[in-house]
This record gives sequence, C-alpha cells and structure tokens, in this order.
Amino acid sequence: MEQVKKTAAIFLVLAMIFSLTACGSNDGDSNQNTTAAITVYNWGDYIDPTVIDDFEKEYGINVTYETFATNEEMYVKLSSGGSNYDVIFPSDYMIARLIKEDMLHKIDMSKITNYKHIGEQFKNLGYDPNNEYSVPYMWGTVGILYNTTMVDDPVDSWDILWNPKYEKDIFMLDSQRDSIAVALKKLGYSLNTRDEAQLEEAKQELIKQRPLVLSYVGDEVKDKMIAGEAALAVVWSGDAIYCMWENEDLAYAIPKEGSNKWFDAMCIPKSSKNKEAAELFINFMTDPEIALRNAEYIGYSTPNTAAMEMLDEEIRNDEAAYPDLESLDNCEVFEDLSDIIGLYNRIWDEVKASQ
Amino acid sequence: MKRHWLATPYIVWMVLFIVVPMFLVLFYSVVERTEDGYRLTAEHFHRFVDPIYINVLIRSVVLAVISTIICLLAGYPMAMILASREYSRKKIMYMLIVLPMWMNFLLRTYAWMTLLERKGVINYVLSMLNLPSLDILYTNQAVVLGMVYNFLPFMILPIYSVLSKIDQNIIEAAQDLGGNNFTVFRRVVFPLSLPGVLSGITMVFMPAVTTFVISKLLGGGQFMLIGNLIEQQFLSSGDWGFGSALSVIMMLLILLSMGIMSRYEQESGGGALW
Repeated sequence: MEQVKKTAAIFLVLAMIFSLTACGSNDGDSNQNTTAAITVYNWGDYIDPTVIDDFEKEYGINVTYETFATNEEMYVKLSSGGSNYDVIFPSDYMIARLIKEDMLHKIDMSKITNYKHIGEQFKNLGYDPNNEYSVPYMWGTVGILYNTTMVDDPVDSWDILWNPKYEKDIFMLDSQRDSIAVALKKLGYSLNTRDEAQLEEAKQELIKQRPLVLSYVGDEVKDKMIAGEAALAVVWSGDAIYCMWENEDLAYAIPKEGSNKWFDAMCIPKSSKNKEAAELFINFMTDPEIALRNAEYIGYSTPNTAAMEMLDEEIRNDEAAYPDLESLDNCEVFEDLSDIIGLYNRIWDEVKASQ
Repeated sequence: MKRHWLATPYIVWMVLFIVVPMFLVLFYSVVERTEDGYRLTAEHFHRFVDPIYINVLIRSVVLAVISTIICLLAGYPMAMILASREYSRKKIMYMLIVLPMWMNFLLRTYAWMTLLERKGVINYVLSMLNLPSLDILYTNQAVVLGMVYNFLPFMILPIYSVLSKIDQNIIEAAQDLGGNNFTVFRRVVFPLSLPGVLSGITMVFMPAVTTFVISKLLGGGQFMLIGNLIEQQFLSSGDWGFGSALSVIMMLLILLSMGIMSRYEQESGGGALW
C-alpha cells in the first residue's frame, strides 16, 4: 500500500511539472513567431487587457506587460537600471522629472499619426511644453469617493476626512504626493509647496488623522468601496467612476479648497531598445477606437476627443468624469519637486511610521 | 577531507549570493553619494535614532515575540499529539499541517483579508448567529493572527521531530520511578524537547520580525513593522542608504537574539542548533 501511495505521489508531482513546462514551451513558440518585442510598464488596472492582444496580433510584436502602483515606485525601478522598458505611463510631475534627468527619448511625432485626436487643452502643458516627450493617455482629478448611505454630512471639503464621526471609516491613498497634497489643500496651501514649515504643518495634520484612517491603500480601494467597507476614500476620479458604475450608493466630490488635476501620458524611456515598436504601440493606444475601449473599461477620462465623442452621452456629460477644465481653476497640477524630494520622503515616512 | 573540491560550487554560490550582497548592504549603509563618488557618513544610522523609527523597531519585536509565544503555546500540544503513539489519525493531521504550505503564502494571506473584512465571510457568519461583529482587519491583532497562521507549522514540526525521537524507555523509566504524568513531562519530556523548542522559536521569530507582506496586507499599508520601512526605502523613496542602514540594524538584532538563544541552549545542555 505504502509503495502504491508513493508511486502515485511521484506520478502526480511529475504530471504537475510537465504541465508547467508545457505552458512554458508554448510561450516560447509564440516568441519565435514574432520578430520584435516590447516591454510596457503601466499603472495597475489601467488598460483593457484585450487591447494588448489586439496590438500583438496586428503588428506581430510581443508585449511584456508590467505594472506599478505609484510614480515613485516606477521611477525607482526605472532609475536603478537593469530594466529596459519601451513604453511607460508616468504622470505630469514625473514626466517633468524624467525629462530633466534626461531619461526620456523624444518621440517622433510624425509616427504618431493619431496625435491629431488629442484635445488642444491637453497639449503644450507645463510638464512637456513642446509636446516632444509624451502623448496624453488619461487625465482626471483627485477627490473624495463616499457612500451616501453612510455619510449624512455634505461632502464638499477635505475637513470631512478629519471628522471623528468617521473614525476607521476612511481610506487614504498610499501615495506620497497625493496624501500630502490632501493635507496641504486642507490647510489652504499650494500642493507644490517648497516651504518646510507648511510641510511640517501638513505632516501634523496627517498624523492627527492617523487614528481615523482605516488603511492606506492602492488599487484595492475600488473593491473595498464597492463592497461598502468604508464611508469615505480619497481616490483618483477614474477609479471613482468605475466604483459608481458598480455601486449606485457611491458619489464623488472635488472639495472646494481645490485639489489636484493630473495627466498621465505615454513616454519612451532612454532604456528602450525598440523605439520604433514603442511608437507603434503609442500610436495604437491613441487610435480613437482603442482609446474608447480603454476609457470604457477602466473608467478614466480620455483626452482623445474623437474617442470621447463616441462615449455614451451619460458618461460624457458626467461632471465627475469630464468636468470643465476651466472650472477646475483651484485645482493644481503637480510640479516636479525632485530637488527637495528628500524632504517629501521624510515627511511621508514620519507620517506612516507614527502610531 | 579528501574531497575539498566538492565544496567549491557551494562556496562560489555563497560568496556570490550571500557574502557580496551583504557587503553591498554594509557599504551603502555607511556611504553617501557625492558629486565625485562616495563619502563615508554615519548619517543613515543617525537618522534611525529618532523616536519614530525606534518605535517601529520596538513594535516589530513586540509583535514578533507575541506571535512566537502564541505559536509555542499552540504548537507544543499539537506536536505532542502528533508524536504520541496512541493517536491513530496523526498521519492525516500531519498532512493537514503541511498542506497549506503547498499553496502560495501571499495567496493565503490575501484570503485572510477577505475573511476578516467588515462585510467579509467571518462577519457574515457572526451576524447570522446574531453575534457582535469582529472588526480587526488593519490592526495589530490581524497582523499577529497572520503571523501565527503562517508560521505555526515552523514551530510544530521541529518540536514534533524531537519529541518523536525521545526513547520511550526513558519515559517508562520515569513512570516506573513514580513520576506522575505532569512530573514526567516537566522533568523528562520537556527538557529533552528543548532543542526542538529553541529551533521552533527561531524559525518563527525570524520571519515574523522581518516580514513586510503580512503587515502590509493585514495591517493596512502602514509602517507597522521595520520590514515595511525597509521596503519603502528601496521601492519608493529610493533611499538605499537609509534602507541599508535599517537592514544592518535588523541583522544585528537577529544576530543578537540568536546569540542569546545559543547561550541559553548551552546552559540547558540541549543539542547544538547553530
């Protein structure tokens, strides 16, 4: 009996190993059929995955797809070397930093034939004044997503995130610039402040808020808010829209003190070994049909006017998804503060380490 | 000793993947990047001597110690049951202890998140039974629970292996000499099982004090533990100097606790573990 069991166990283990290696070699075959390969480094949950398959089929270029959770994480991975990404999706201030540090290729805009579909208001922005390094992908704001069945106060100010009534019912973003910005805006300061005293004040606010915060989260905030795990959450507008699709009790507000408006764009880092394929990919992503699919899948707002016109009227007229850019005049765009990044790092470390 | 060369591949491996990286960590912890190279500095260690960071370290040690104690209290009886000759289902039990290890550790911890959520499985069952809900996700309790759940087998297995090797004649002799069950356990079985206990304690304490995944998932993205602080330095702040200094401090701590353990072990006369 013992012998039989042993044989069976060995057989099972071998079967598992073989099935694994079989998968591996299949991948290998498909690699050989294609001539080129690119590596794309994007935010998590930030693309319609079928778009990648379609790109691979159309151009025969193999795409390795990796994701990050914050701009800082992306930067560390990129600057520590050893990686060769061909297309990355940084935000405004990070693009400015990467340009300053000479880490981006200029994109050959003649190859991006779909660039004409990008709205004029998304061109010539501060982080890339001459549109040389980046092609806009998505844009949005930062605000408060709240559950109307759990919050009975009006949500129009960041102050509500400091209201003891909602103790352990608040999710904050696990992202340095975004969370510090919330405190700075609450205090009425610029979210691009270089003033150490103002940052210290913001730190005190965040430390004061710590007992009220249920958790500092990333992408999981969407599932948690949809499930009704907490009353309030600081989120990016696109995530808010996705959550509101899934749970009708949720609503989104941009506080009156102002907030952050942001732009994520596609760039080609200097480490890219296949710039032409990267440009093909960026152009493909800017195609109105593809941009529409991505926007509909992830819920974020597309800067692609042709795609936007094809969106459902309901979404297009949704104030949360497509606010009038003009009306957001008290919302600021993050500027590159990498020269004092040590200060921001220290403030954020101290907030998270306190208890 | 004739076949020294057999050790060569292991030595190369250890130098490449253990010694060199350790020296790199040491190097980064004491230097600072300047315009033209590196400069020696104590800045990174100095930064650590701040109540905020010291508290993180203390919290890590306290949570790890609590988890280790719970594992020992829960694991020792389990190991005794496994080692006992009378219990017939012990093979199945042994299997069930080892089985979860076949599954990825991250996956198991994620599962706890779903279980512990406010509207999660456990609370759903509790509310069906009209019992008060359990709200421990993102607290220290959840982290300790995660540690105990994940590391308990590392406590049970070494104790079990020592217990099952104890010569039954010794126990019988103790009984013949009039010892009751408790005396036999206290004077004979427990002292003989000490090497297993010590090895179990180290195998639970070390991963518990350095973990960053459990505290991140069940503790809620805060710097509950020193592992999270180190992770933050490397993955998002990009401050390799401070991260390395923290790692060196961590290694010293472990070295210290191992030193204490081995001293205790010699006094108790158990088998050598280290």
